[in-house]
Amino acid sequence: MNILDRLKDGLKKTRTQIASALSGASGSFDDRFYDALEDALILADIGLETSTDLIARLKSEIAGRGITTPAAAYAALKTLLAGDLAVTKLPDEFPPKPWVILVVGVNGVGKTTTIGKLAGEFGAAGKKVMLGAADTFRAGAVEQLKIWAQRTKADFVFQQDGADPASVAFDAMEASKARGIDVLILDTAGRLQNKTNLMNELSKIVRVIKRNLPQAPNEVLLVVDATTGQNALNQARVFNEIIGVTGFVITKLDGTSKGGIAVALSKNFGIPVRKIGVGEGVDDLQNFDPVSYVDALLGDLPDRV
Amino acid sequence: MFEELTNRFESIFKKIRGQGKISEENIAEAMRDVKRALLEADVNYKVVKKFTADVSAKALGADILSSITPGQQFVKVVYDELAALMGGNARAIRFHTNRLNIVVLAGLQGSGKTTTCAKLALHFRKQGHRPLLIACDTHRVAAIDQLDTLGKSLEIPVFSDRAKSPLEICREGLAFAQREGFSLAVIDTAGRLHIDADMMAELKALCAAAKPDETFFVADAMAGQDAVNVAKEFHKEIKLSGVILTKMDGDSRGGAALSILDVIGVPLQFIGVGEKPDGLELFYPERMASRILGMGDIVSLVEKAQENFDLEESKKLEKKFRKSTFSLQDFLEQLRQIKKMGPLSDLLAMIPGVGSQLSGADVDEKALSRIEAMICSMTAEERDRPGIIDGNRRRRISLGSGTTVQDINKLLKQFDSMKSMMKRMNKIGSRRGQNAALKSMFPY
Ligand SMILES: Nc1nc2c(ncn2[C@@H]2O[C@H](COP(=O)(O)OP(=O)(O)OP(=O)(O)O)[C@@H](O)[C@H]2O)c(=O)[nH]1
Ligand SMILES: Nc1nc2c(ncn2[C@@H]2O[C@H](COP(=O)(O)OP(=O)(O)OP(=O)(O)O)[C@@H](O)[C@H]2O)c(=O)[nH]1
Ligand SMILES: [Mg+2]
Ligand SMILES: [Mg+2]
Repeated sequence: MNILDRLKDGLKKTRTQIASALSGASGSFDDRFYDALEDALILADIGLETSTDLIARLKSEIAGRGITTPAAAYAALKTLLAGDLAVTKLPDEFPPKPWVILVVGVNGVGKTTTIGKLAGEFGAAGKKVMLGAADTFRAGAVEQLKIWAQRTKADFVFQQDGADPASVAFDAMEASKARGIDVLILDTAGRLQNKTNLMNELSKIVRVIKRNLPQAPNEVLLVVDATTGQNALNQARVFNEIIGVTGFVITKLDGTSKGGIAVALSKNFGIPVRKIGVGEGVDDLQNFDPVSYVDALLGDLPDRV
Repeated sequence: MFEELTNRFESIFKKIRGQGKISEENIAEAMRDVKRALLEADVNYKVVKKFTADVSAKALGADILSSITPGQQFVKVVYDELAALMGGNARAIRFHTNRLNIVVLAGLQGSGKTTTCAKLALHFRKQGHRPLLIACDTHRVAAIDQLDTLGKSLEIPVFSDRAKSPLEICREGLAFAQREGFSLAVIDTAGRLHIDADMMAELKALCAAAKPDETFFVADAMAGQDAVNVAKEFHKEIKLSGVILTKMDGDSRGGAALSILDVIGVPLQFIGVGEKPDGLELFYPERMASRILGMGDIVSLVEKAQENFDLEESKKLEKKFRKSTFSLQDFLEQLRQIKKMGPLSDLLAMIPGVGSQLSGADVDEKALSRIEAMICSMTAEERDRPGIIDGNRRRRISLGSGTTVQDINKLLKQFDSMKSMMKRMNKIGSRRGQNAALKSMFPY
C-alpha cells in the first residue's frame, strides 16, 4: 500500500461521518455539516484555529459561488486546503558549490535519518555529498550519521563527542570547498525551541557558516514529526525567528497520523513542505505534492450521499 | 490562558447570576472555552467531547452561582475533574526485593525510549537497585552505541550482542542478569509503528519471553490527535502497565497525556524533563491538569526554587521583604541564586501565562549578567539606599558597568516597582506571597 493510500485508509471513518452529516443536511449546509467537517480537520491535527478559518472561508465560497451540492462543497474545501499548502517550491538547482543544507528540529523527529535519505537521493543524482556531524551532544549521534554516510557513500566530517558544533560546521565548510563537494548537509542536535542556550548555539553555527561562505546555508530545513500536535507551530515560529527556515520536512507519515499540521505550518509561515518521510529506509523520502496529499486526506465522498 | 479563561467565565456567570438560575445553555457557553483550551493542548477531539459532556453534568449539579467568584468556581470544577482523571489508577511502583525485576520500554520511533532506559536505571539505582541495561534494539542505526555510551557515562552495565536477534538478546541478557545478581533489568526496544505487524509481533514475543514486571509506553508530550490510536494498539498487543511522557521540558501543553489515559486507563508514572539521565520526575496529576489548561507549572517552579535557594538566605530575605528593607545588594544576591537554578528560560516557561507565549528569543540571559554588572559598579551606600543615585552617579555606574544611563534608569525603576509589589505582598499570605515574589523577580 503506498503512503497516500494509507492516509486515505486512515480517514475512511471520518469521511463516512462527513457523508452521513451531509446526507442529513438535505442539500442545505447546516451546523451538522460544518461540525462534521471541523471534526475531520481537527482530528487530522490541522488545529482549531486553522480549521475554523478554513470553514469560514468555505462558507463564503459556498455563498459567493452559489454552491448547492455537498460534493461541490467538498471539492471547494479541497481546493482551499491545497491552496494553503501550495507555497512556491524551492529551486532544485545549486550552482554555487557547495550547496549547504542545515537540518534542524526538536528531539527525535528524524533529522539524522532524513539526512541519510537526502544523501542517498543526491548521491543517486550524481552529486558529490558530504555529511557534517554537528550533533556532538546526543549519545551515539556521530556514529549514527557515520553509518548513514557509509551507506550512501558520502564524505563524512566529524569531531569527538562534546566538541563545539560550530567548529564542526566550520571544518565541514572548509573540507567541502577543498574537496569540490556539491552538497554539504549538516546534522544538528535535537533541541526544544524554548531552550535559549541551545537556540543561541544554533545561531552561532549559522554565523560561522556565513562567515565562511556568505550565501550559505542555502537551505535550512526544519524537520517536523507528523505525529506532532499544535506545538509544531511554536517550533516553526521560534526556529524561523532565530535562523530563518526555508523548508519543512514532515517525517513519519507512514504512521496513522494525518500530518495535518503541515497545513497549519504552510498557511501560517508561507514556507513550503520540501520533503516527506515515509519510513526508516534510505528510499523512504518523497517530494510533497499538495493536491495528492489533500486528496488522500479528504478523499472522495462515499457514494451514498 | 488560565486567567483569560477565568475572566471569561466570571463575566458569563455574573450575567447569569442576575437571572438567579443556571441553565444548560449557560454551561454550554462556558464549556466551549474549555473545549478550545483542551483542543489547543492536543487532547483528542473525541476525548474532549466526552470530557466536556461529563463535566457539564457535574457543573450543573455544583453550586456555582452562590459563589462570590462563580468563574473561579467553575474553573475549579473543571480543574478538579481533570486532575482526578489524570490521577486515575495512580499507584506507586513496587519492585521485589528478593528477585530480578524486569522493565520493558516500548513506543513509536524517537519518543525517547533509549534515553528513558538510562534515566530509569539511574533513578532506581539511587533507590538501592543494581540495574542492568539490555539493548534489544537491533533495528535503528547506532542504537546499541547510544545505549552503550549512556551506560558508560553512568557506570551502569549494558548487555548487548550485535550478532543476535532482539528475542535472543533479551533471553540471554536476562539470564546474565540472574547469574550476576542484578536486581533490575531495563530492556530497550526499537521504535516501531503500531501498524507494523511484523514489528509488533516481534515486540509481543519479546514481552512474552521477558515476562516484565513493568511494561512502559514511552510517549512524546508533543504528540497530537493520533496518540490515542497508537497507545490503544500497543496496549492491545503487550498490555502496558504504565506511561512515561517525555520532553516535558518543552513548551507543549501535553494534552496527549489525557487522551492516552482515557483510552488505555493505565497510570502515568514518570515524565521526562531533559535530555540528560537525571531528567526524570514522578508524574503529578495536578500539575499536568494545570499545564493542559494552560495554568503553568507554578508548583514545579516553587519546588525548584526551594531546592536551590539557600533556606537561611531565604528566611533572611523574607524578613527584609516584610520590613521593606530589601536593598539592591539583596537583589544582587537574589539574582545569583536564580542563576544557580538553571537557564532562565526554563524557569520562565513554568510561570503561568508566560510559558507558551515566550519564545526563547525573548529571554535575554545576558540581561542577568548586565544587572549584576550594574549593581557591582555601585557603592555599598548606593546599594543600600538607591534613592541617592543621582544623574552623576548614574553616569559613573554606567561607565563602570559598560551599560547606558538608560539601562541604569530602567533597573532602578524596576527595582522600585518590585519594592512596592513586596509591600503589597506582605499583606497576602506567605506561600502565595512567595510565588508572587518569584514572579516579580523576572521583570526583564
Ligand atoms: N516510521 C518512520 N520512522 C522514521 C522516519 N524518519 C525517522 N524515523 C525514525 O525516527 C527515529 C528518530 O530518528 P533520528 O533520525 O535519529 O531523529 P533525530 O531528529 O536525528 O533525533 P535526535 O538527533 O535525537 O534529535 C529513528 O528510529 C528513525 O528510524 C519516518 O519517516 N518514518
Ligand atoms: N528535551 C528532552 N529530550 C528528550 C527527552 N527524552 C528524550 N529526549 C531526546 O529525544 C531524542 C530521541 O530520544 P531516544 O531516546 O533516542 O528515543 P528512542 O525512542 O529511543 O528512539 P528510537 O530508538 O529511534 O525509536 C534524543 O535527542 C533524546 O535526547 C526529554 O525528556 N526531554
Ligand atoms: Mg539526530
Ligand atoms: Mg532507541
